[in-house]
Amino acid sequence: MDFTVALAQIKPKLGCLADNCALVETAMERGIDGKADLIVFPELALTGYFLKDLVPEVALRLDSPQIVRLRELSRHIAVAVGFVEASDDYRFFNSALYLEGGEIRHIHRKVYLPTYGLFDEQRYLARGERFRAFNARFGRMGMLICEDMWHLSAPYILAMDGATTLVCLSSSPGRGITEDESLGSTAAWQKLTSTTAMFLNCRVLYCNRVGYEDGVNFWGGSEVIAPSGSLAARATLFDEDLLLARIDEGALRRERIFSPMMRDENLFVTMNEMRRIEQERNC
Amino acid sequence: MGLKVNAKLLRRILVGFVREEVTKVGVKKAILGLSGGIDSALVAFIAAEALGPDNVHACIMPYRTSNPESEAHARLAAEQIGIHHQVVEITQMVDAYFASFPDADPMRRGNKMARERMTILYDHSAALPALVLGTSNKTELLLGYGTLFGDMASALNPIGDIYKTQVWQLSEEMGVPREIIEKKPSADLWAGQTDEQELGFAYRDVDELLYHMVDLRMTRDELVASGFATSFIDTIYAKVQNSHFKRRLPVIAKVSNRTIDRDFRYSRDWGK
Repeated sequence: MDFTVALAQIKPKLGCLADNCALVETAMERGIDGKADLIVFPELALTGYFLKDLVPEVALRLDSPQIVRLRELSRHIAVAVGFVEASDDYRFFNSALYLEGGEIRHIHRKVYLPTYGLFDEQRYLARGERFRAFNARFGRMGMLICEDMWHLSAPYILAMDGATTLVCLSSSPGRGITEDESLGSTAAWQKLTSTTAMFLNCRVLYCNRVGYEDGVNFWGGSEVIAPSGSLAARATLFDEDLLLARIDEGALRRERIFSPMMRDENLFVTMNEMRRIEQERNC
Repeated sequence: MGLKVNAKLLRRILVGFVREEVTKVGVKKAILGLSGGIDSALVAFIAAEALGPDNVHACIMPYRTSNPESEAHARLAAEQIGIHHQVVEITQMVDAYFASFPDADPMRRGNKMARERMTILYDHSAALPALVLGTSNKTELLLGYGTLFGDMASALNPIGDIYKTQVWQLSEEMGVPREIIEKKPSADLWAGQTDEQELGFAYRDVDELLYHMVDLRMTRDELVASGFATSFIDTIYAKVQNSHFKRRLPVIAKVSNRTIDRDFRYSRDWGK
């Protein structure tokens, strides 16, 4: 079905749950005013990114009042939002929650926790162990959190699981300045979102945050990529924004007819070869 | 790839950095020392654009042996962008101290002057209130060409990740006065001192080497193959290594389970 998505390019405050919940609510109200059906927030929207030892302090259980409140609001607008999830056994996950009609439809725990360069996620967070597509009001979807998307297998699994909409929640630090028009990180992401959409005949909804944490900037540039890989809409770079975009179901249908790569994708061959590789690695 | 940067994009990031990192702590103003050189002039220009000239305060802090041209250039920069500025001479306090230690060499005297200026900036920062902006560039920080707890002390440093060569480029973009861009860089601790003479190499050459060594992580063999002299590589590597202490917090002896900066880790923007 056709629907309107809002990409909420916000600037969370580091470690301030109450302030960030207020930011999220305000954006949801603006999304509702703009007649959006779905609103997507960045990775760790409720907490900020470079949390370090703050992780346990800002983690939320799924039955926490903040999540209950978001569930209520999701009766008016579906929402995908990033936060730190506390499990019953006291593990903490970098998670994305998909809420719709007052219910939790899906939760994705970030699988690929970057721990190199300026990143240190594995020190503080537990690793998710699955990529699963799920049914939303707008068709079958899959969620990815930032680094997840840099692993080809992740969007591939979601697309093979039937997702036609890939939602990526991101907190991408801006870096790599050269003579080029864009930062290295911006240029790389723009290639990645477009290529992923094109390879998998999926639309990509990419929401990145803005602001600075300890001198690190987050570059924004949230975007909607059509299933052809072409850019449908892009938010401003570096500044807060609320990007509204109409998603055209027809574009998905037409692309899947023109380029039926996913129809022809051979799960049998892939599985056989993966099993072989797994066996050979175990030798 | 290389040292050349998109100066407009860099300007946007650094101006945004000063604006956000200053205001998020609940302060509107910034203060910095203006030496008359390019680094502090550039930071003043960035700060004026970020916070508005009325929210930027500069101290010009000459010693009696400072080149008078330095003060003139500092005034020129401040007046061009319309920031508050005042002259606070450090001669009296520095001379009073060294009256008790007349044998001190130029290095000790230079470091003392840098630390004297730091105490003045921090005193003004409390009075205003304002955050102290650092003006050390990446070349100086990597080579350790600065005074620990002196000019290296600051709350925020907008130019600490850009090399001197890039400072020149961004200064052109932002309209820093030509005479400041074109003069020879100098710490101005004594008459006739220039950075390049004291360091023993040109900024353009060392920036090129540091960029390949630090940013691109080339091995020694790769650097040699790229045309850098082995003696130059080894000298610079040693300088970076031997000055590393200046870029770290003081070392704390660990005895508890949570030691500051080792297993007690928070971003500085905690709660901001």
